[in-house]
Amino acid sequence: MSNIDNDYFFAIARAQSDYARCIDDDRLEDWPAFFEEACLYRITSAASHRDGYEASVVFANSRGMLTDRISALREANIYERQAYRHLLGMPALLGQTSAGLRTETPFMVARIMQDGTTDLYATGRYLDIWNLKGEAPKIVERIVVCDSSRFDTLLAIPL
Amino acid sequence: MSQQAELERSVEGMPTWPGQGFTRVPYWVFQRDDVYAREQEAIFQGPVWHYLCLEADIAAGGDFMTTFVGDAPVVVTRDNEGAIHAFENRCAHRGALICLDAKGKGKKDFACVYHAWTYDLTGKLTGVAFQKGVKGKGGMPPEFKISEHGPRRLKITTLHGLVFGSFSADAPDFKSWLGPEIEPRIGRVLAGRKPVVLGRYTQVLPNNWKLYVENVKDSYHASILHLFFTTFELNRLSQKGAIVVDETGGHHISYSAVDRKTNTAGGEYAQQKIRSDSKYRLADPSLLQGFDEFNDDVTLQILSVFPTFVLQQIQNSIAIRQVVPRGPDRTDLHWTLLGFETDTPEQRLTRLKQANLIGPAGFISMEDGCVGGFVQRGVRAASHEQAILQMGGSTAESSESRVTEASIRGFWKAWRAHTGI
Repeated sequence: MSNIDNDYFFAIARAQSDYARCIDDDRLEDWPAFFEEACLYRITSAASHRDGYEASVVFANSRGMLTDRISALREANIYERQAYRHLLGMPALLGQTSAGLRTETPFMVARIMQDGTTDLYATGRYLDIWNLKGEAPKIVERIVVCDSSRFDTLLAIPL
Repeated sequence: MSQQAELERSVEGMPTWPGQGFTRVPYWVFQRDDVYAREQEAIFQGPVWHYLCLEADIAAGGDFMTTFVGDAPVVVTRDNEGAIHAFENRCAHRGALICLDAKGKGKKDFACVYHAWTYDLTGKLTGVAFQKGVKGKGGMPPEFKISEHGPRRLKITTLHGLVFGSFSADAPDFKSWLGPEIEPRIGRVLAGRKPVVLGRYTQVLPNNWKLYVENVKDSYHASILHLFFTTFELNRLSQKGAIVVDETGGHHISYSAVDRKTNTAGGEYAQQKIRSDSKYRLADPSLLQGFDEFNDDVTLQILSVFPTFVLQQIQNSIAIRQVVPRGPDRTDLHWTLLGFETDTPEQRLTRLKQANLIGPAGFISMEDGCVGGFVQRGVRAASHEQAILQMGGSTAESSESRVTEASIRGFWKAWRAHTGI
């Protein structure tokens, strides 16, 4: 691995751990800032991804739509209080594209309900494209591919 | 045993329904194993039509898909002459699943993995491994006839690209099952164009299936539980709407439409859907910039066919919801998101954006995923208490007001007629 690759690896690993902490610490208002203004964020399943289905559980093609997700969660949507714990694996660097560096990072997310019930809520992988030109890497595209197409009760907090 | 006697025997031991009519629903109907078993027998195996899949899911000969009718696993296929078949996914030999894949193409036959009993695309048993034994020893006795065995096959019917099936030979003619009001409203969304599946997922609901169906039919809760539109002051155009309940009570349509009369007087709202002075605003309001798909100003149409089929149009978000009971307190909700072959790229993008309104993460549907569980947990120790369904009176009739529980009462009317409970 070249030094440049090492630099990328650490930069992305850091960005990923900041991303996970941001969500798990309930600083959701900061979450859209991990993305470029023009971005793509989707939550889908492995089966849908394999079958090429375009529709998603969550779809945003602008940072504004990510902001709207959070304000809807805070102001409009009704759901039981809950929190996530993300455990991320190491990012795999998959090569440069014209849009940026492509990576894949596995995740596991536990959901903790207000009564303490803790379940393995989702496992999967982030298929990402990063812009590394700025100070911190920014997400150009994140496709959250959940291993299962079954979603328990509801998906309020982003993955 | 007469049908009546059989019915009485199977509801024996259950508590009596409180009072007359449908304004009270006892909570034990969401809890008891014997009620669940009775539903499986009378509704899911009974003379009732159930949604299976889209014709587009099994477009070519040799295509197949697996689904459920209540607890029963079912395989749906298209044969090489183009006919659709459905049969129970259960080997006639020892009961193992015949087909393990969710869907597939180019199938010639199905072989059970356990002992390789083989079925053709119609579900007919065509071969038994080692039927004649090996070297003249073993095998099935000569009187065993392949033609006398096989999984149960379903009656099939199709409408506007939807495939329905029934385990019962007594299922009524499908058109009369739907009645005169429902078919044209399904046609309004699906007729004359080819659907394209844009996405699928399953929402696992922690509650009895009937609590979800009640929620679908409940037009009273919409503006109270779902605050997305209100909070962001979207859709401020005056709306008119109505509830249609069919004669059996089991099917319903709830719709709302832009009220042109009121809005031309108001002027301003008619031109801009989003109020600029609201406290909360969408940073990206393109979510709701839809297109006029039906030329009728109807922005929302929720349609249900008894017991578990829902066709939804929320603006340009079209989806089918199939409700599958998985036990007295667990339900799978299968979502199929649709577009159409004629969609332009812009229209397709609109559908992808508006998919944010529905499903487990839906700005509107999210709450429907948890509210059934709130009831299931709330009534745990209250089997003999009752829900009150008196909003809008006591009948199960169509209504111009949506502040009514008429279509929920209709559901119980049909449910009681089928189950005899």
